[in-house]
Amino acid sequence: MFKRNEMEKGVESLLFISAVAAVLALFLLCLFLFRDGILLFKDYPLTGFLTEKSWYPTSLDPRFGLQPLLFGSILVTVGAIFFAVPLGIAAAIYISELASPRVAGILKPLTEILAGIPSVVFGFFGLVVLVPVIQEALDLSTGQTALTGSVMLGVMALPTIISISEDAISSVPRSIKEGSLALGSTRWQTIHKVTVPAALSGISAAVMLGIGRAIGETMTVMMVTGNTAIIPGFPSGLFEPVRTMTATIALEMGEVPQGSEHFHALFAVGSVLFITTFIINIAAGHIKNRYRFRL
Amino acid sequence: MTDDFANGTEIEVRGLNLWYGTNHALHDISIDIPKNSVTAFIGPSGCGKSTFLRCLNRMNDLIPNCRIEGNVNINGEDIYSKGVDVVDLRKKVGMVFQKPNPFPMSIHDNVAYGPRIHGAPRKEIEGIVEYALRSGALWDEVSGRLNTSALDLSGGQQQRLCIARTLAVKPEVILFDEPCSALDPISTSKIEDLILELKKQYTIVIVTHNMQQAARISDYTAFFLLGDLIEFGRTEQIFESPQRKETEDYITGRFG
Repeated sequence: MFKRNEMEKGVESLLFISAVAAVLALFLLCLFLFRDGILLFKDYPLTGFLTEKSWYPTSLDPRFGLQPLLFGSILVTVGAIFFAVPLGIAAAIYISELASPRVAGILKPLTEILAGIPSVVFGFFGLVVLVPVIQEALDLSTGQTALTGSVMLGVMALPTIISISEDAISSVPRSIKEGSLALGSTRWQTIHKVTVPAALSGISAAVMLGIGRAIGETMTVMMVTGNTAIIPGFPSGLFEPVRTMTATIALEMGEVPQGSEHFHALFAVGSVLFITTFIINIAAGHIKNRYRFRL
Repeated sequence: MTDDFANGTEIEVRGLNLWYGTNHALHDISIDIPKNSVTAFIGPSGCGKSTFLRCLNRMNDLIPNCRIEGNVNINGEDIYSKGVDVVDLRKKVGMVFQKPNPFPMSIHDNVAYGPRIHGAPRKEIEGIVEYALRSGALWDEVSGRLNTSALDLSGGQQQRLCIARTLAVKPEVILFDEPCSALDPISTSKIEDLILELKKQYTIVIVTHNMQQAARISDYTAFFLLGDLIEFGRTEQIFESPQRKETEDYITGRFG
């Protein structure tokens, strides 16, 4: 029979091993990604990777310019943010502050169902429905544009933004809202001067997680953005096809010989993607700490 | 009730009934609350004294399924009549809550919040903030750190900040809903001194669990029991020669 002490120690070391295994897996993943990525620069200069304006991986004189892909990702993501953040926060405010309990009880689970739809289904919907709509409405030569990708990504980021912002807003104590109302402020003044500012750290976390979801999304953008690797202009690039970093890796990885220059170039792109999301996460942490008046 | 108050009547309630859904929580309350004096509502938990207090600035409007009948006249105006703007009413009738509830902002912005939403000119804000903090007996403690978070203050300071925040809107009436129940004795006595000071300019209604507190600071006392107003009169009379048996039982500590 186990002595109680040994049992405690056993559980403790089991948990320790699990934690170490998770961190180790992550560490190995980074190592693997960066190692294969760095190998590109044996044959191809880093400056070329960063400054070259085109991505021609399979021509006789291959070019591995990051810029078209990086700016493609940034454009699609920024577009998604502009679309999803105001809408998501507005929806969260409505659900937590204005809707009757019955309506909120219907809306909240519905937005969460949205989060469970696989991205390929979103992509299919985008391709079949949104692409022709955008093409006709804006009179473009193709509806597969950065804008289409932004709208789709925005819709996909919405459940994250709504659900986490809603939690943050509803956890603002009722007593604070009553304090504001008792001073003679209207419901709207209370929402935008007291409730939302008090929930700001939670809301910004929601936005950051939404962005993280958008920038890493692959299948949907691949299906609706046309995948043309040219540096997009702004804002004109919104109405033209673009190619993101994620789509590039997914499209090309299946066809490259292992160990080739192109293979390593894709890993280098993957490393950049990793670094980008890493920076976003760090930024999210800093933004959260910037609000001095936390509850 | 006769109108024999020295300073006149501020609030006149006639036949007020309140239901939460089917629960009839206040029964036919009629009371006159005098100007520039302290009126205390006492009674055991659940007797309706806080509910009644919240009828006076229509905070019960926020509760779904709450239905109110009867008249509440403040300075001659029926606050439940159709044309009444709740915002104007709450500007006139301020409220301090049971637990200090400062906003998660700086001390300065907490006090400036009310004047700002009511459109006070920018130039006047600083003056109002200082006036309110002085009247709230907090100025000397915080004047050097107005831009620090209000949440770093002690509980007693937070409650005085909430009082100052209410004063900044320049109300006529201030409702206190058990303002000291979360505070230590020293903070409590500071708040009590402050209330005695404030009654010179404001009409004060205070709900309290603490009978000594009612005896110390109030001029008039109303005793509530199970949704009925049992007895109302001068505080000395209520405590020394209550007319009703229930009042006497409660005051002498036989129940509650």
